[in-house]
Amino acid sequence: MELLSQIFDLLRTPAFAASVLRITTPILFAALGGIMARRCGILNLALEGSMLTAALFAVVASAFTKKAVLGGVSAAVADPALVTKATNAGMLAGFIVGTLAGVAMAMFLAYMAVGLKADAYLAGLAINTMATGGTVFILYLAAGEKGISSSLDSGSMPFIDIPVIKDIPVIGEIFSGQNMMTYFSWICVAVVYFILFKTATGLRIRAVGENPHAAESVGVNVKKVQYIALAFSGLFCGFAGISLSMSYVQFFSRGMSSGKGFIGMSAMNLGNASPVATAVAALLFGFFDAMANVMQTLSVPVQFVQAIPYAATLLGLVVFAIQSDNKVKKLKAKQDK
Amino acid sequence: MTSKQIERRFNVLKTAVAILLSLGFALLVITFVSNEPVKAITAFIVGPFQKASRMSNIVEVMTPLLFTGTAICIMYQANQFSMIGEGAFLIGANLCTWVSITLQSMAGLPLLLICFVVAIMAGVASAMVPAILKVKFRANEVVSSIMMNYVLLKLSDYFFYYHFRDVPSGQQASYPIPTQIKLPKLIPGLRLHAGVLIGLAVCVVAYLFIYKTKWGYQVRMTGANINFAKYSGISVLGVALSTQLIGGAIAGLGGAVEILGRYDRFIWFGTQPGFGFDGVLVGVLAKNNPLLVPVAALFLAYMRTGADVMNRVSDVPIEFVDVVQGLIILFVAAEMFMAKYKHKLIVNNAKKQLEAKEAAN
Amino acid sequence: MPEEILLMDKITKVYPNGFVANKDVTFSINKGEIHALMGENGAGKSTLMKILFGIEPFEEGRIVLKGKEVRFSGPLDAIANGVGMVHQHFMLVPSLTVAENVVLGMEPKKGGMFDFEEAVRITQEACDKYNLKVDPRAKVEDLPVGNKQKVEIIKALVRGAEILILDEPTAVLTPQETAELFVELKHLKEQGHTLVFISHKLNEIKELCDRITILRLGKSVGKANIADVTEQDISRMMVGRDVVLKVDKTPAKPEETVLKVRDLKIVADSGKPIVNDISFSVRKGEILGMAGVEGNGQSQISEAITGLLGYQHGTISVNGVDLKGKKIREIRELGVSHISEDRNTYGAALISSVKDNILSDRYYKKEYNKGLLMDDKKINEMTDELIKEFLIKCDDRDDQVKMLSGGNVQKVVVAREFSNNPTLVIANQPTRGIDVGATEFIRKRLVELRDQGVAVLLISADLNEVLELSDSIIVMNEGKIAAYLEDASQITDMILGEYMLGVQTQTPEEIARVAYD
Repeated sequence: MELLSQIFDLLRTPAFAASVLRITTPILFAALGGIMARRCGILNLALEGSMLTAALFAVVASAFTKKAVLGGVSAAVADPALVTKATNAGMLAGFIVGTLAGVAMAMFLAYMAVGLKADAYLAGLAINTMATGGTVFILYLAAGEKGISSSLDSGSMPFIDIPVIKDIPVIGEIFSGQNMMTYFSWICVAVVYFILFKTATGLRIRAVGENPHAAESVGVNVKKVQYIALAFSGLFCGFAGISLSMSYVQFFSRGMSSGKGFIGMSAMNLGNASPVATAVAALLFGFFDAMANVMQTLSVPVQFVQAIPYAATLLGLVVFAIQSDNKVKKLKAKQDK
Repeated sequence: MTSKQIERRFNVLKTAVAILLSLGFALLVITFVSNEPVKAITAFIVGPFQKASRMSNIVEVMTPLLFTGTAICIMYQANQFSMIGEGAFLIGANLCTWVSITLQSMAGLPLLLICFVVAIMAGVASAMVPAILKVKFRANEVVSSIMMNYVLLKLSDYFFYYHFRDVPSGQQASYPIPTQIKLPKLIPGLRLHAGVLIGLAVCVVAYLFIYKTKWGYQVRMTGANINFAKYSGISVLGVALSTQLIGGAIAGLGGAVEILGRYDRFIWFGTQPGFGFDGVLVGVLAKNNPLLVPVAALFLAYMRTGADVMNRVSDVPIEFVDVVQGLIILFVAAEMFMAKYKHKLIVNNAKKQLEAKEAAN
Repeated sequence: MPEEILLMDKITKVYPNGFVANKDVTFSINKGEIHALMGENGAGKSTLMKILFGIEPFEEGRIVLKGKEVRFSGPLDAIANGVGMVHQHFMLVPSLTVAENVVLGMEPKKGGMFDFEEAVRITQEACDKYNLKVDPRAKVEDLPVGNKQKVEIIKALVRGAEILILDEPTAVLTPQETAELFVELKHLKEQGHTLVFISHKLNEIKELCDRITILRLGKSVGKANIADVTEQDISRMMVGRDVVLKVDKTPAKPEETVLKVRDLKIVADSGKPIVNDISFSVRKGEILGMAGVEGNGQSQISEAITGLLGYQHGTISVNGVDLKGKKIREIRELGVSHISEDRNTYGAALISSVKDNILSDRYYKKEYNKGLLMDDKKINEMTDELIKEFLIKCDDRDDQVKMLSGGNVQKVVVAREFSNNPTLVIANQPTRGIDVGATEFIRKRLVELRDQGVAVLLISADLNEVLELSDSIIVMNEGKIAAYLEDASQITDMILGEYMLGVQTQTPEEIARVAYD
């Protein structure tokens, strides 16, 4: 009982609410990537590996650009103007390269699954395996380490204080001062909705996902549409990676995606590939992840706490199934009357 | 030549080309990143054969892959893409260690058997979660099994830290496993242990199960066309459930064999050891046929041993093997890879047959 | 002098599995005609049209369109050159609206966004111009079959098709819908369009077409003006012999009731009732035909009886045993055999061997097992016998089923379903899409089974088949039985058509006669 009230106390703070938003960010991006892939009819199991790769490349590009701009001068003693310039250049380079890395991974999957007709499951798993080892390999080449990129001085995306809102108590604490990527992720929910339902490309993506033969028969280039949709999927994986390694922490560590790609994919399943419902599901998983974070201070074995986000995802899959079963039952029951 | 024969020949050729291309890529990468590429490549290719201990090491590395590879074969035969092999292997090894330490007073054959049974049960219990989610709730087993693997990793960490870590010794390891139940060495002076025999037996039994029994028939038909299986009266949910559980059982047993054969103490914590994921490559290379698993596992073990030797004598990190591994899976799985060549083979053959027929008329 | 608009010259096509689908086929059509393309299934018609439409590549030959040699890289290319196609299986996206389906691939845009209103306008305009009535705002999944086909035709016309290929367009239509379609097609011809009409139905071709090209076994074997040939001529060219699809059978001697279906109700996942309170019986030694346009509940009934589909209300019993809650295997053990309408999905595992396909309903039985292992010797003997008895054309029992022709795949299915001593056979579209030889073989076998005292429920959209084989007929319309026709020999296809469309319905009392005890 005491433990429960302790947990409750932790969850009541605005800081916790803010951390939910923060932690949801990469999950939400991954989920959006999952939506784009699923809507064009391809299962993107490589979300995990793509965001991991993007996270690494963002850090490496950011660090090397920063170093290049500084020209070998230590940041501690360099001209402040130069340091600012280097930081900005590093940020930009990290963002661009991270995004491109995400897109490149998705294009690789697309080439394998669409171009060479490999089983999408196997291709996704294979790409994840490659990403797991490949990132450590590249990290070692770039930083001489295999665990964490602490020797690389990489940057972060800006943190944004929202005028007016930041001065409101509680709400300001929660919603203001987050990293740019967090705000951006919610903008992207709208972007995905717009692409899917308001553009011709979106119409084609949905048609291809539902009946590729129909789309092909009217001259829609199915492969091209799938490449485009997967490119978007990769774009969001890139953003997911950047929000892992260049926002709230500024380093890369091996396996740092720790299943968030799969959690994002579960959110997409839970939201039935609809952007808004998926975002809500992502937020839910973010909540459990954040809860695991704050509970590490309690007297519960830390391993149990760390298992919470994954267990919650498993539970989420069950809830989804029961709920969609019930929907069907209700429809049938209605008819019986 | 019949189309059937062409298909068979082509598949062997394609696998060979996939492996060669991926290895070629590996050599290219080594050449680029290494300061002494010749030394590195030599170590990679020839290294594993240079000492008896290394050749013994290949077989040792192969042993766990026999289990996780066979587990994948059985599950993939039924189109169950559960990745639970990873977590089942880990938790099997973990609980096996714990039990052996707790009951070490009774060390001997009975304890060994108890350890195996515990590991198998642990594997089954782990596999139960994604399997039931799939069968009862139609949840995608890939995602749920990977989530379950994380849960199992944390669970294994918890058991290890709170129940059998050898704190006084100052190492990050468990108490020593009783030596009486460690698997016997096969050749004096080498580390090669009897686990490989258990692994090979598992492959053979799995082969007989899949291709020679009525239960295996159900598994194959469910994988070939689930609707057909259902229509024929096969309980496809039962097949989905049982293949995943069998997969978990084999992987769990593999964990016990690995820990009792190669290690004095349990030392896996914090990260997944990765045998389950390696099993996917083995399964794919073996075309889901357990009888080919030893060959595929041997190849991967050779590659890993080579990379390990190279890692020690040169400056190339071992992790690049993962990339090569992924590439091989991709090439083998890619239907269109070399498809043009295949089409040409078939067209030429069909033409020949047609001409022969017309000539005969 | 008629102007040749399209020439396909000496086309040869080999599929990746080594199957030669077209060999030196030459096909030529004139502007403004309706040209029939005929042939048995597997004769290469669909392949030839897929080549024309750019879906399948070809190995040898050339295509000349309006005097210019062309080689389409894909459907887009074909469409751009004025060639349109209405596929046998509709190429529609169910969850999108009619208008969205029509403009897919050529979407009107406003300010970079998809302009739905313009799409509706385009669709409406085409509907008016060609006199095809469909609501552009309706979702395609809610339309009846005939209207879906109209959407397909509109799609092609909106894209400027001058040559329109129709691949078995009447296969899914009622006689009345077919008549409506013919009026529309003739209207199109008057407006200067050229049509290629693929069909199996001789009478339709006689009525609609100007000229005909006939394919047999991947080769073109004849070309003629329709007016110059008789139906017998055409049929001889198609199969190289006179087809007698008359099945000799004696009047049935029905005995006790085997299958009893009472007040059966099946509701789809969407909540729509598909089968609505129907009752009927089938007796030992008779063939009860179930006619009706596809999608009027027939498939659901067959799946409910065989245990593939659950049902909400009513009872189904076989020889007095209630099937509710029974597993598929338990139902099969009662002697219920099932030929599914969809052999590629349910009837066979295409990537498995002939042997494994035949084994699927008996692999677990004692006679085929020896201890823990299966008895390979016995299984091989059994398989080889059935391959011989059912004239399955294959190299050996280990051939993958996907390497066989459609007719032989169906023979594999039938070999399994007829060789397990059935008491009740549910035959759903048993001869759909297979060659005449196999069709004849399967129909004869069905009658033989009946004579041996098996109860047969024959579900078929092929009116000739229903009329030819059935002893009695029930007609399905919108999930209900519209008529029970006790003596099938007294019925014509026009009468069946009227019941199928719901133009006529019998009284509940008349219908209730089929539910005897």
